[in-house]
Amino acid sequence: MRWIRRNVVVVAGLLTLAYMILPNLVVMVFSFNKPKGRFNYAWQTFSLDAWKDPCGVADLCGALTLSFQIAVWATIGATVLGTMIAFALVRYRFRARGAINSLIFLPMAMPEVVMAASLLTLFLNMGAELGFWTVLIAHIMFCLSFVVTAVKARVMSMDPKLEEAARDLYAGPVQTFVRVTLPIAAPGIAAGALLAFALSFDDFIITNFNAGSSVTFPMFVWGSAQRGTPVQINVIGTAMFAVAVLMVIGGQLVSNRRKKAATP
Amino acid sequence: MTATAAPPAPPTPPVTDAAVRKVPRRKRLVPYWLLLPGILWLLVFFALPMVYQASTSVQTGSLEKGFEVTWHFQTYWDALQEYYPQFVRSLLYAGTATVLCLLLGYPLAYLIAFKAGRWRNLLLVLVIAPFFTSFLIRTLAWKTILADDGAVVGALDALRVLDVTSWLGWTADDRVLATPMAVVCGLTYNFLPFMILPLYTSLERIDGRLHEAAGDLYARPATTFRKVTVPLSMPGIVSGTLLTFIPASGDYVNAELLGSTDTKMVGSVIQSQFLRVLDYPTAAALSFILMAVVLVVVTVYIRRSGTEDLV
Repeated sequence: MRWIRRNVVVVAGLLTLAYMILPNLVVMVFSFNKPKGRFNYAWQTFSLDAWKDPCGVADLCGALTLSFQIAVWATIGATVLGTMIAFALVRYRFRARGAINSLIFLPMAMPEVVMAASLLTLFLNMGAELGFWTVLIAHIMFCLSFVVTAVKARVMSMDPKLEEAARDLYAGPVQTFVRVTLPIAAPGIAAGALLAFALSFDDFIITNFNAGSSVTFPMFVWGSAQRGTPVQINVIGTAMFAVAVLMVIGGQLVSNRRKKAATP
Repeated sequence: MTATAAPPAPPTPPVTDAAVRKVPRRKRLVPYWLLLPGILWLLVFFALPMVYQASTSVQTGSLEKGFEVTWHFQTYWDALQEYYPQFVRSLLYAGTATVLCLLLGYPLAYLIAFKAGRWRNLLLVLVIAPFFTSFLIRTLAWKTILADDGAVVGALDALRVLDVTSWLGWTADDRVLATPMAVVCGLTYNFLPFMILPLYTSLERIDGRLHEAAGDLYARPATTFRKVTVPLSMPGIVSGTLLTFIPASGDYVNAELLGSTDTKMVGSVIQSQFLRVLDYPTAAALSFILMAVVLVVVTVYIRRSGTEDLV
């Protein structure tokens, strides 16, 4: 009886996992397709054309570059601002902490459309020109809360005694921060930055409202769903998936080696 | 701060070391300087836009003549009257997707937290990695999976499932694409990781010895699950359902790509009012109603579930 139950959980869990990975497999398989007509939804014949020429579709790689640039700057902006907020919230007691916590929580608890629409009203009222800058502003705004949450979790679990020890050993405030605090907080900051990058790179709704005539990669994919989907989209999707998996495996190897080095 | 206070010292609340130390004025301002840029950013680009949107929603006028604040609250009523089907549908679809996410996500989170052993990291990677392929591309892949002459539709048809779902109004004409079922399937798929990760985090914190203790006290596995595991994973369930329901209720990508005009969600309406029809007051009113509904649902839900420590 117990044996069956145990396996029910495993089977159900693995089925869910299959459900999650199935579309990625489809994307991968269809990157080798040679579609008839404009849409790449039905399998025709095997072909490597799209892999040989990923930028062969007009505007595709331009959109990709734009998304990448925005994601990099948004990550830098949100990570710096978010880390500062996280440190202030964990390390200091001051008035208005509750209000600030809610201000940080709210963007995560708001449907994206609402934020997108309200930002657009602001930009329209200010007469701002929609494009790179408005998208960047928006991305820093919605990534900020996620960075704060990620960094806060790490800083909260940090032992303040380590910094005291550094001070006792005559380290100055700057030295303590650079040599002790920052390295310990680094995994949290890295997690926040990675999250910000992924969120920014993949965002469609807020970007679509505030991009004006600029086209980011998700917007390009959205447009292609109406006009006809080039196979190159699947190539890029597959490549992104592969890069992510390799990065994770690489990170795992590095941390394993560190662990081994740490234990004599 | 006053170490030598009056003899009958009142019971002081525990204060943290940062507050006790007498800090020079310059240092006391440090947290504020740390907060200033980020909070300013949120105030200007998150809070202020909400104010602008509120004011837009009570304006009248047209794009040519310009808009003016006339406190025309009628817009709210009109918008609600015209678009309540989309509202109801959004909440219904998002709610269904959330429940499905919980049902599908719990076993996987449980598997990773308790049964995976050395496969744990691999499984976690497999949960997160699909994320890196742009979510629009993955949603488009569902068009292939659910295609009319595809394997899924064929299997459902052979099992006579489509007859039942058609009778329930979930599907139509022996197809899944362009029906509510496809939209809910896409929503469930897209927001599943948001459910699994918080569930996993809270399950992972549970001490395995509690399960053993329950077993020692002759609780059957089902009882252990109901009385020990579920209550202890409540924070994960609450934050998971919120992280799924809130974005799902405002999403319009799934409804547009996998659905039809009969499955439009409120996000589509806001989007087209804003970007195509250029009727800003109606769009602003709609998005305010959506925000209010979501906030009410979330508040009631948090109250009822009784979990205070959320984030």
